[in-house]
Amino acid sequence: MVGIYSPADATNWLVPGRSLYLTIHLLGVVCFSYIVARRLMPLVRAQRDFRFDRPLARLGNVFKYWFGQWKHPRYKFAGVLHILIFAGFILLVLRAFALLTIGREHFELLGLTGRFGHLYDVVTDYAATVVFLCMIVAVVRRLVFKPARYAVPAKFGRPHTADAVFLLGLIALLMAADSLFAASKAAGHVQQGQPAEALAVLSLPWILQGLIASAPLATVATLNVSAYLVHELAFYFLLCYRPFGIQFHVETSLLSVYFAKLVRGKIKPVRWGVSDEHLDQVKSFGVKTFEDFTWKHMLDFYSCADCGRCADNCPAYAAGRPLAPRFLTIKARDYAFQQYPVFGKAHNSRPLVGTIYSEDEIWSCTTCGACEEECPLLIEYIDKIVDLRRGLVDEGNVPQSLQKALKALESRGNPYGKMERKKADWIKAADFQAAFSVQTLSAKNPADTLYFVDSITSYDDRMQSIGRSTARILTHIGENFGVLGAAEKDSGHEVRRFGEETLFLALRDHNTEAIQASGATKIVTADPHAFNALKHDYKDIPPVEHISQVIAREVKSGKIQFKRVHNENSVYAYHDPCYLGRHNQVYDDPREVLDAIPGLKRVEMKRARDRSFCCGGGGLMLFYEPKEEQRMGVLRVRMAAEAGANVIVTACPFCMVNIEDAIKVAGLEGKMSAIDLTELADQQIACVPAAEQEAGKVFEDQELVSGR
Amino acid sequence: MEILVCARRVPDTSENEIEVNAAGNDIERDDLVYSINEPDNYAVEEALQIRDRVGGNVTVVTVGGEDDEEILRRELAMGANQAALVSDDAFAGSDGRGIATVLKAFVQKGKYDLILTGVQADDGAAQVGGMLAAMLDYPFASLVNSIAVEDGKLKVSREIEGGNREVNEIDLPCVLSIQTGINEPRYVGMRGIRQVASVPIPTVGATDLGVDANAVGEAGAKVRRIDYFVPAAGKGAEILRGSREENADKVLELVAAKGGLK
Amino acid sequence: MPRIFAYIIHRSGMFDDSGAELLAAAKRIDPTATPTAIIAGWGPNLDAACSSLQTSFPEIWKIANEALAYPNAEVVRHALVSILPAGSIVLVLHDHFGIDLAPGLSIKLNAAFVSDVLAIEGVEGNFLKVVRQELGGQVSTHARCDISTGAVINVRPGAFKPEPDVTAAGEVVDKSSSVGTLSAKRRYIETIVAEGGDVDITKHAVLVSIGRGIQEKDNVVIAEELAEALGAAVSCSRPVVDAKWMEKSRQVGSSGKTVKPKVYLACGISGAFQHLAGIKGSPFLIAINKNPKAPIFQIADVGIVDDILEFLPLLTEKVRELRGAAAK
Repeated sequence: MVGIYSPADATNWLVPGRSLYLTIHLLGVVCFSYIVARRLMPLVRAQRDFRFDRPLARLGNVFKYWFGQWKHPRYKFAGVLHILIFAGFILLVLRAFALLTIGREHFELLGLTGRFGHLYDVVTDYAATVVFLCMIVAVVRRLVFKPARYAVPAKFGRPHTADAVFLLGLIALLMAADSLFAASKAAGHVQQGQPAEALAVLSLPWILQGLIASAPLATVATLNVSAYLVHELAFYFLLCYRPFGIQFHVETSLLSVYFAKLVRGKIKPVRWGVSDEHLDQVKSFGVKTFEDFTWKHMLDFYSCADCGRCADNCPAYAAGRPLAPRFLTIKARDYAFQQYPVFGKAHNSRPLVGTIYSEDEIWSCTTCGACEEECPLLIEYIDKIVDLRRGLVDEGNVPQSLQKALKALESRGNPYGKMERKKADWIKAADFQAAFSVQTLSAKNPADTLYFVDSITSYDDRMQSIGRSTARILTHIGENFGVLGAAEKDSGHEVRRFGEETLFLALRDHNTEAIQASGATKIVTADPHAFNALKHDYKDIPPVEHISQVIAREVKSGKIQFKRVHNENSVYAYHDPCYLGRHNQVYDDPREVLDAIPGLKRVEMKRARDRSFCCGGGGLMLFYEPKEEQRMGVLRVRMAAEAGANVIVTACPFCMVNIEDAIKVAGLEGKMSAIDLTELADQQIACVPAAEQEAGKVFEDQELVSGR
Repeated sequence: MEILVCARRVPDTSENEIEVNAAGNDIERDDLVYSINEPDNYAVEEALQIRDRVGGNVTVVTVGGEDDEEILRRELAMGANQAALVSDDAFAGSDGRGIATVLKAFVQKGKYDLILTGVQADDGAAQVGGMLAAMLDYPFASLVNSIAVEDGKLKVSREIEGGNREVNEIDLPCVLSIQTGINEPRYVGMRGIRQVASVPIPTVGATDLGVDANAVGEAGAKVRRIDYFVPAAGKGAEILRGSREENADKVLELVAAKGGLK
Repeated sequence: MPRIFAYIIHRSGMFDDSGAELLAAAKRIDPTATPTAIIAGWGPNLDAACSSLQTSFPEIWKIANEALAYPNAEVVRHALVSILPAGSIVLVLHDHFGIDLAPGLSIKLNAAFVSDVLAIEGVEGNFLKVVRQELGGQVSTHARCDISTGAVINVRPGAFKPEPDVTAAGEVVDKSSSVGTLSAKRRYIETIVAEGGDVDITKHAVLVSIGRGIQEKDNVVIAEELAEALGAAVSCSRPVVDAKWMEKSRQVGSSGKTVKPKVYLACGISGAFQHLAGIKGSPFLIAINKNPKAPIFQIADVGIVDDILEFLPLLTEKVRELRGAAAK
């Protein structure tokens, strides 16, 4: 008899609905379970990773970043689209399960009956409609508007558009089938004179109902049964297909976000569970083969949704270096799928570098953290890059230009190979030494505050001026401070981030001892890299502050007062150093200092604060000779020009190196200049006699910077 | 292939000004750090690469004192199979010939198909390899910047003028002095060195080698360094101190006067 | 006083002034010396080389042998060992050939060997006192060399200025028959010529030579414009080639080309000795460098402390003005 029945009671081509749908359910669930089990195989063989602490903080992350979709609106259009789809999916979860179960039984989910059930139906009618429309928009966006960040340069593989459109289409089909099922059911019931479900006005089911209302009951019934079957098949196909591509994030993202790294600026240990003292017993360092990744990092590979935001913000990618975080992940994921196929045995692992990655790719990262800041799923990149570098270092595959610097760090404690006894030569500049004294601290000569200078400020002619400005500011605010002098070695910040853990630990142990012996109760530095190292990589040392935090505080306390800016035509833009901003969230202090200078005109670059664009990298990155189309610094300087600035203020000596070089390369000499926040503060501090200022000298000094 | 690499520990002077001590008989060494002579490091890397291609062993040897063991340790960490420290009071003050004499005795205690040295060390003499080859009656090539192993012989190219390369065929056994840039030496860090900390490095003396103490050391030296000095700076250029405009005019005038404007 | 020989290296009969440099070095050992040139080779080239040596050396020993058609150090060594009298002093230029030949030769002659000599301070008894450099040229040393059993002395190219008016009516002595059969365990195969560029910098009277101070590949055009205006060529130092801003064929220095211009504009070049080794014939050297401490100012005739990226375009403009005025 023609009519609308529950799918369980309907007969499809002589097969009873109950048996058909039982078969589909079983097949779908078994297939999905099998595929997921295969996908879990590499995770079982992976390295340990300790991610089980601080459950509340982790749940907080889930609430904010997963459920709250916190990062998504950073890209407005795609972000809102995703939030709509995500919300739709969340709302539709119950409906989907309800729909699946009625294939077997006359069954209404608990709570989905009565008034609430009706309300839920209305909401989900709209949800399905919204998701359906979003899919259409997304497909149009992919095919017609082609946002640049989805493009796949030839060196990174083939375009992913077909796959994306296929998936979007599949979801649209699912929504359409769901809606048609509801529409035909309602239309059938109306024709049969039964109480019909009131479909949400203007929703997709409602529209479809309108379209088929006058169709013969037989057609409506066929549509009803077919829609259900299509929905079933699409649902299970999608479920089993997801673990083969970017859609897997639907399942894995919740876990990825829960297990995400909680502290930024820190680097993972060589092996979780092995203390520094026992590192010598670890046979192999870092990631060489895929199984050397931790399970969380593998989970990251599965979770990537290929949204391209990481690469879109990656300065290395923008400069044309052979690196894009997005492809670092996609290549690893594809490799995992290939090594651990769904059918058949896992293949023997080969070294990743040389197989899917190139050495230049791994060395190209400045560890600026822009990718991690952007990723909606909190996927980690820096730890993976560092682990891959540890693997390269362990095998001796280190570019010659870096080897020189590393050897000098080992023998002399600084990458330049300069003598230790010249570490404090920056103090000896004639006009400075005449007016200021900077003591060298030791157990016999302690002070409250230790100024940790670090290598570049100690040895680079140009950057020494930052050291002197810092010392003058500390003197001005009456700080009892000193330096370690020859006893200070490089903080090792980049040594660790370039994968030379053993050398880093030696530098750290040396400095820790010297810092402890100095008797200081707090540490100040003007170098964000040293700041981050002392804060996150060292232990058992006094608390550390960046000089911008000190200046900001003393501006508030009134100890520091600034005079009016000299040149009213100067327009300043503050460039956030990665290791001050993104890695340590010091965004406001430097800006407050600038805004406290009377008459100073300040503009923001488009990329500012947590979207700051790396100048080219610090520490050992200065020694690396990247393969790139243009310099990151040049891109950055152009951004400042675009913002209408003619003075770039930085708070990092490495930013200064890169930006001053970039100004010359960009041909903006004379039109644009760079100054460190300490130099600017120093020159603006009201009571410092003009004769002792290096304000004028700062610009002359640029001439002496040898070509790097 | 059995390969011997002769290496030397030298002060690392690239970034530091060298000062002559007050007596003028040495440089100030207190603040210097030492490392393996750079071309020697390339020689070791080349030896390792040849070994990895055709099999065999790489031995690294240095003539020196206890302190010089550190470079052998580093080269072991790089992958050398064994190392030997040739050390004896009798060797002190040897000139190039003396060192070559000692090395010759060492070579004759073993059996090597290929002996590599760096092209030159801190004294800039570029002599020991050629001398050693002549003493052993082995063929020799200097400034080698590529090596291909063929049957019983090598095909090597040498760096000659104008950036050109001279290709030679050379019979084994032979001695080659290796130019920097022939390869990209692998990195060795503290970790690598620690891993070979317990590998024994034998010390070999004059009697072990049967070297006549009079033929080496200060006694046997035909060439002796008398002193170190820093030559007085030349008169230097006449620095033009005018404005940029004036300087350009002056340069133009000078170029024309010297026949540079045809 | 032992007899002094100068081994002259030639390329197909052509040689530079290294013969005259060795002659000058011989005179520093013994002002009264009448040094003998030794030249080896094969074919008509050799005779041409001999006759051009006759104007400067009183005696020329010629070794003609087919095995010497290409200067293979091992073959040359065999030949020299068979003809040199015991106790001789042999002068050799410290270049890629001298480094190949001299150390082994000294062993076979049982003579002392001093390498890369910059200056000779004379002979006292059995000892020759010379000046050398160590540690990459950062310090100089005096060395004393026992010449009682002879010596092989490698002389740094360019270190000894040829004496101005040397005249001789040299006699060519054919020593070919004394060397016997020559064979070698090392055989020359071929020379791989560095990729040639479009411009031969060795043939230009004026060179605009750029170093690291040019900073960027894009800035090379600044030098090219000046060179074009001057009718000169652009050459460079090693870092510029290493950075792939210019071709290897443009490189001046010990691992690049040897040039002999009249005027050499060193722009943003620090003046490492390896670079200076490629500049011959004492050109008028103008150095422009923004670092007033650059070693190039020690040896330049005229120096300007300025940024080449600013200075060169101005100079180009001035040259063009001058050319324009001359054309009218």
